Amino acid sequence: MLAVDVEKQLGALKLDVRFDAAPGVTALFGPSGAGKTSVVNMIAGLLTPDRGSIVIDDTVLFDAARGIDVPPHRRRIGYVFQDGRLFPHLSVRQNLDYGRRMSGRPRQAKEFEGVVALLDIGHLLDRRPRMLSGGERQRIAVGRALLMGPRLLLLDEPLASLDAAHKREILPYLVRLRDDGKIPMVYVSHTVAEVRRIATTVVRLNAGKVVAADGLDLLSDADIDGLD
Amino acid sequence: MLDLTPAEWTAVALSLRIAVVATACALPFGIVIGWLLARTNFWGKSVLDAIVFLPLVMPPVVTGYLLLIWFGRKAPIGAFFDTHFGIVFSFRWTGAALACGIMGFPLMVRPIRLALEAIDRKLEDAAATLGANRPWVFLTVTLPLALPGIIAGVVLCFARALGEFGATITFVSNIPGETQTISTLIYTLTQVPGGDAAAGRLVLIAIVLAFAALLASEWLARRASIRFHGE
Repeated sequence: MLAVDVEKQLGALKLDVRFDAAPGVTALFGPSGAGKTSVVNMIAGLLTPDRGSIVIDDTVLFDAARGIDVPPHRRRIGYVFQDGRLFPHLSVRQNLDYGRRMSGRPRQAKEFEGVVALLDIGHLLDRRPRMLSGGERQRIAVGRALLMGPRLLLLDEPLASLDAAHKREILPYLVRLRDDGKIPMVYVSHTVAEVRRIATTVVRLNAGKVVAADGLDLLSDADIDGLD
Repeated sequence: MLDLTPAEWTAVALSLRIAVVATACALPFGIVIGWLLARTNFWGKSVLDAIVFLPLVMPPVVTGYLLLIWFGRKAPIGAFFDTHFGIVFSFRWTGAALACGIMGFPLMVRPIRLALEAIDRKLEDAAATLGANRPWVFLTVTLPLALPGIIAGVVLCFARALGEFGATITFVSNIPGETQTISTLIYTLTQVPGGDAAAGRLVLIAIVLAFAALLASEWLARRASIRFHGE
């Protein structure tokens, strides 16, 4: 269980966000500029809130009042970025292995093969990131985040840079991951169709504030007209 | 044509040794200073920037003279190195390496700094979320991605060190077998009657070495670039 309660002034935007994410997939949903990416950056530790706290299960990751701010490399939170951010100087296999190597965990062939099978990336292992399609790159990015053994997975518009065909290619993998049920996810999107497909809870952001938080029925048909 | 006398071979070998040692010793400093200039903001940064680049714009003889009064055996820094590390600079090849390293330093720092500035910082963030602490991020992401710039800096510094003349001859003189490099030997040979042929041979060697260094850097940089960026 993830509990977020943060404030931060970002230029003209005053971010003031409070929500709890139950197990499953929590969608952070809202228009561009609502502050969704800033929220996940704060959960990951890449952005420091001005005030508030971030707690996951019983671990305090951030608490301004108590002066706690766990650095990103010790948060054990997987992050799939919108632009993939694979390391260009490493092969796909080395990219996938990076998190395990950095945390000094022993190699576990079973875990590795499980993720490779889940995401269908076995044939890509010896390639360089630059030789991958956009969809393949995002699958590797998901695999890389999974193989670090995260307690939470953040996905920041992982499909936004893909065309429709590649979106259809990758969504089933994410649904599979959700149905696996092992790792809670926070999924950032401004696309209703995606959120409908993947989310179990919806947190709706607008102009830096949570305007509603509930189940999928929160998404009205009006959203579909305005977005995507 | 290339019938070098033993004295000439000695000068060539000494030049290479001095240039290699100068470049190798300058490299860690080059990476640290390049990183400071590219990534940090601190009071006096522009002063540091200026000091690093000073040897490039000052007359080399001035650099040599400053080395003489600071790094001489009885001078403050020179005496410190002598008593604590047993390293003597004045009128030794080590002093020539020091002079060459300082003269080549600005040429090394610049491409390293530019390469570090060009790195996508988001990749470093990604590495941090994957559990890499800052030293590991630097070693596994920043440094490899800056490699083409580091190679360029190494080659430029090496080439500069190989050809250094003014600071070297001012600081450590022109002693055969100890501080006499290709450059200072060419100078000596042009001062004596009948030295032209020998000077010509050494000039040819200097050109070949410089050319080889440039070709090697091109090749290495292209390889690194193909590996990382595919172009």
